[in-house]
Parts: sequence; C-alpha cells; structure tokens
Amino acid sequence: METALSVTVGCFFAISVYLLLSKHVIRIMLGVGVLGNAVNLLIFTNGRLLREVPPIIAPGMSTPAMEIANPLPQALVLTAIVISFSLFAFMLVLAFRAYQSLGTDDTDGMRVAEPADEKLPPLGY
Amino acid sequence: MASPADAPIDYAAAMVTAPTSAADWIVVAPVLAPILLGAVLLMVRHKPVLHPWIALPGLAIVLASTVALVARVAAEGPLVMTMGGWLPPFGISFAADMLGSVLAMTAAFVALVCAAVAVRDIDTTGRRYGFYPFVMLLMAGVEGSFLTGDIFNLYVWFEVFLISSFGLIVLGSERSQLDGATKYAVLNLVATTLFLIGTGYLYGIFGTLNMADIARKAPGLRETAPLMTLATIYLLAFGMKAAAFPVNFWLPASYHTPRIVVAALFGGLLTKVGIYALLRTQVMFFPVERAVLSDVIAWVAVATMMLGVLGALAQSDIRRVLGFLVISGIGVMLAGLALGTPAGISGAVVYAVHSIIVMTALYLLAGEIAERTGGYSLHDVAGLYRVSPALAAAALLLVLSVAGLPPGSGLWPKVMLVRASLEEGAGMLAFAILASGFLITIAMGRMFALVFWREGENLAVTREARREGLLLLAVLVAPAIAIGLWPQPLIALGDAAAAGLLDPSSYLGAVFPQGAQP
Amino acid sequence: MRTVIFGSIAPYLTSLMVLFSVFVLLRGHNEPGGGFIGGLIAASAFAIYGIACGVSPVRRALRFHPMAISGAGLLTSALSGLVSLGYATPFLTGLWAPEGFMGIEFAFSSVLFFDIGVYLVVVGSITSIALALEERESD
Repeated sequence: METALSVTVGCFFAISVYLLLSKHVIRIMLGVGVLGNAVNLLIFTNGRLLREVPPIIAPGMSTPAMEIANPLPQALVLTAIVISFSLFAFMLVLAFRAYQSLGTDDTDGMRVAEPADEKLPPLGY
Repeated sequence: MASPADAPIDYAAAMVTAPTSAADWIVVAPVLAPILLGAVLLMVRHKPVLHPWIALPGLAIVLASTVALVARVAAEGPLVMTMGGWLPPFGISFAADMLGSVLAMTAAFVALVCAAVAVRDIDTTGRRYGFYPFVMLLMAGVEGSFLTGDIFNLYVWFEVFLISSFGLIVLGSERSQLDGATKYAVLNLVATTLFLIGTGYLYGIFGTLNMADIARKAPGLRETAPLMTLATIYLLAFGMKAAAFPVNFWLPASYHTPRIVVAALFGGLLTKVGIYALLRTQVMFFPVERAVLSDVIAWVAVATMMLGVLGALAQSDIRRVLGFLVISGIGVMLAGLALGTPAGISGAVVYAVHSIIVMTALYLLAGEIAERTGGYSLHDVAGLYRVSPALAAAALLLVLSVAGLPPGSGLWPKVMLVRASLEEGAGMLAFAILASGFLITIAMGRMFALVFWREGENLAVTREARREGLLLLAVLVAPAIAIGLWPQPLIALGDAAAAGLLDPSSYLGAVFPQGAQP
Repeated sequence: MRTVIFGSIAPYLTSLMVLFSVFVLLRGHNEPGGGFIGGLIAASAFAIYGIACGVSPVRRALRFHPMAISGAGLLTSALSGLVSLGYATPFLTGLWAPEGFMGIEFAFSSVLFFDIGVYLVVVGSITSIALALEERESD
C-alpha cells in the first residue's frame, strides 16, 4: 500500500512541477493546487498506513483496546489542507486581478514591475 | 493493552501538573497580543481613526514582552510553555532561547517604528483595506516563528506571515504591485511547500515534531536514516525564504512594488525569519550534515553576496538597490552558517540584528527621499542636501552602517565573520565579505552623492515633508550607531545564542525537565 | 443562476444549512464534526444564498461585514485560551466548568468557546472570499 501511494505521490509531483514550469499563470496555479495535494498525500504516507481502527478510546476505558491508526498525520494534513486552501483561494483572486489589470497571463509579458528597458544608473553628474 | 476505567489515571504522565506562573506568559504574549488586537482591528475595520490607537499599544506590548523575555532568558536560560498542558513532545511547545528572543525583540522594535510611520503614510483607504490588521497578523507570524518549539508549528507561523504579507504587498492594487505580488506569491508558496515536504519526511523519520525531541533523537538516527536529505531539503526551502542565490529572484521582483512602509517591514523581517529557520534546523538538528554541506553553503553565500551587490550596482531605482542589498546581507549571514563555529554563528546572529534594523531604516529613508522629491529614480532625485541636511546626516550614517564602515552597526558582525573565516582557513568567505562590503560602499556612496550632493536645478520638490518621519528614522538610526560604538552587549547576546544552538542541552533541559534522555 | 425554483428554495435551504452547521459545531465536542466543518457548511449556505438572490441581500442579512465576523471568531478563540491565565495552567488548556452551566447538564468549557471561535473565523473568511468572487462575476 505504501508503494502504491509513493508512486502516486511521485506522479503528483511530476505533474505539478511540469505545470509550475509553464509560462502561463493559470497553469502555474493548477500546478500549485496539485502540489498541495501531493504534499498532503506525502505526509499521510509518511505517517505509516495501518489498516486499523480509528484512534478513539471506547467508553469506560482509559487506553485504546487494540492497535489504532496514527491520528497525528491526519491532523497535520487537515492543517495543511486548510492553509493551502486559503492560500490557493487568495492566489486565484490575485492571478485573476493580475490578468485583468496586466492584460496577459504570460509571465514573460509581465514586466511592469521590472521593465525590460530600464536605464542604467547615471555614471556621474 | 486495555485497562479498565476504574484504574486511577496517572495525569502526571501526560499533563503538566505544576502550576504555571503568570510570568511565564511572556513567551506567548508576543504572539497572543498581536492576534487579540488584530482580531479587534478586524472588527473595527470601518473606523480607521481607531486603528493606530489599537495597533501601536499592541506592538508596544510585544516589544515590552520580548525585552522581558531576553532579560529572563539571559538570566535563567530558555523559557518554555507547552500549549494545553500536554507534556512535550505531545503538546506544542513555545520555547524561547537566546537566538529566538533576540531576533523577536529586534523584530518587535522595527515593527513598532514602522507602524508609527504608517500612521502618516497609510491613508484611510489603506486602513479600510486592512493595513493594521495585516501588520498585526504578520507580527504574530514572525514572533511565532521565532518563539515556537515545534517544527510543524513553525510551518503554520510561516504561512500566517506569508498570507498577511500577500495582503500587504497588494495594498493599493497598482499594476506593478499585482505583477510583483504574483511572482512573490507563487515562489514563496513553493518555498513553504518545500518546507512542508521536508517536515513530512522528518515526521516519517523521527515520529516527532518537537524541536527539542528532534535534536535529542538525531544522533541516534544518524547512521540509519536519510538525515542528509532532510538537511538539504530544509537548506533549499529556507534558502528560498531567505532569498539566497540561486533561488532569490522573487525578492528583487517584488520588494520595490508595495508601499514603502510595507517594503521596510518586509526587507527588515521576512528574509531574516528564513535565516533563523536555517540556523535552527542546520545547526541544532543537523550539525553533522551541516558540516558536510558547508562547502555548498559557503559557495551559495559567496554567490549571494556578490550577486546581490552587483545587482545593486546596476539599478537606478533606490528601492531596487535596497532589494539587492537585502540579498547581499543574506549572503553574509549564510557565511556564518557555512563556518558553523561559535564565532561564525554569533557573527551571523549579530548581523541579522543589524540587518533587521538597518534595512528597515534604509527603506524608510527611501520613503523620506521620495516624500521630498516625489520619486525614487537616481536619474531624477538630486540636491536633497540643501532641502534637508538632517536627512542627509541620517542617510550618511545608514550608508556607513550597511557598508560595514565605522561608526555603523555593520562593522562588528563583519569583523567577527571575517576573523572567524580566517581562523577556519576559509579565505574565500573573508574575501567575499570584504569585497561585497567594498562594492556596497560604491553603490551606496554613489546613491548618496547623486541624491544629496548633485546640484538639482531641475528638482521638483513636490511636498513639504513633515518632521515625524525624520524623527522615527532617527529612532532606527540611533540603535544602529549605538551598536557600532558599543557592540559588547549585542555580541554577548550573539555569543549566548550561538552557544545555545551549538550545545542545546539547556534548551533540551528546559523542554524536558523530567530528564533529557528519551 | 437566478431561476424561479432556485430563488424560492434558496432561503429555506440556507436557513436549514445554517441550522445544520450549528448542530455539526456542537456535535463536534465528542463526535465527528466541529467548528471548521460547521463553518464551511454555513459559509456554503451563504454562498448559495448569494448565487440565488445576489450578493447585497446576503450582506444585509449578515448585518456585520464577514471579516468582522472572522475577527470576532479569532478574538473568541484567543480569549478562550487566555482563560488559562486565571487557573495557573498553560495557554490553551482545556478547562471545564464542573457543574455544567446554570444547572443545565452540558460540557461548558473553554474548548467549546475555542470551537465557536473557529466556526466564526471560517464562516467569516470563506464567506468574504465567496462573496467577493460572486460580486466580480456579476459585473
């Protein structure tokens, strides 16, 4: 099971790197989305996969009755999902605004902040 | 494994049972105060008049508590509080050692000054947009990063200040801001994702996220586990956050676009959090791996210093010159990391303190220049000495500080680092530090000569500047010069921070009072 | 999206979803559920209302700005951790009132208020993003 998930994580990373290397902002956004999921899956796999019961202690007991699944990776993944979700929402809005305002989603054409024809500083006065 | 419910449960095995003294709360106060007051600011967003009255006392509380924290850590060693009362490594700890608390104090100081500058600089529209809430959350993130004792919690604080910085960088929604912010956002998100990847692997290897627990388990795992991979991933991730060559290109693309107060905050604080995280992970968790990587780090440091200063020489916009100077300073701190000796790390910590203060001051200086002349271009701005000799004096002192010349604060950390590199036989690092300092002198000296001394008949003095800006700039220049003239206290703090990092036994003892062995 | 069927059903759907979100929030104390998921349900309820009836009715119905709601939530959560200061326990320690509240038998605790805070943060921030996107779509 770990092997299958590892291969899946690898595929996710390959896809996201391919998309991140694109020139178009919308593809980069998709790459960021895939990257977030790849990392979540990676953390989940790193917590070891057990076909075990949920980590809930039965009523009347003070320790779990049998071996339980590791709850910590799930908490980490949940946190990471929340964070990547909010960042992704912000970045979609930002990319859309940038597209509206700059008129292009090609990163080669986004040269407003760093103009290509900027003069060198004066050499003397 | 099962135990019946009527057996007495031993809470002392899992919970902190000793009462927590109220004085211990200074370790969470730097994070709690900005969160509480940031929340209040969000609720009164439509009343911009109130904002400074809430934000400034909040940041003053942060500064006061971090000063108290430094004093306490210096007197009694690291201070720990574990959230929720669960014993570490199960609960998330806040652990302030000398490194974290010194940087937290410096960050709180410059943030307070920047917030005071913003009272005048950020108009009602910017306040309605949420400038002060964003600054408060940014500070919560930065202070949380410096003080947390849990690696995943560090990631969370990174994201807190990252998302606040997204909000701040697009304040104003100009075209260049959207352009710069897109690059800033994508590349920083990739960097924090790398950090998260590393943390995922780290959890898989160590089974713990508590920093002290990682530090004490690392020696036992060194033979069997791929700690080298972890150290390299963290080097890449935090190097990207710190804008080290070759992953630094987001910084000059974006740092000149936001409002100048925002740029001052970013230039002072954000990259130094990356340096802090590098020191914490490479020196405290992976000292052996860092020694193996030290050649790589040294070359990265040399390249970062030289690329930064060469970029600064080629720019004609003052803010972009400063952006490249931030990068060059990162290279100097990386040189200390590459050396890894007590003197080298102490030099890096002192340089970080110097860099937080001086880079913020330089950006604010650029704001003052623009306020008097209406622009940032070295082609247009001229003759400012006649208009404001006091500003020229402040600028000269800052130029000396950033170049590492007396009586500025940059001198002593560079002396420490050059001496440490010569002791280690790393002549390349010493040469790069000196050469980059020389080139910074040329770049900044030229800026000073053009802006202040050049005859400016065609100068458009657009606005009459007010005095507060100059006064607040002086508040930042004063400690820079004080460090230059009387460096011993700061060097002592830097030495203590380096000692605490290289031998974390007091840190481990503070987190695990019941015994440092697992 | 303003069809008659959707427009007339949306108010009922929204009120049911908000009610359900509060149920999920309170259920989360000891069973699956909680502030985050409850907040998401409530936020999607407001988003549906916004799609059906336009954004300004939602803003009127909410009375407060969504970001103010999320600020209130952040404040509630942080204050629920601050209660620990009075009991000499570390920040964010879960504290339970021993006898319930005003004679009613339920778990009256700082944890509950932390969860309510999370609920409000999620409702506020997600609603604010959703409404901003819906507004942009209409113009």
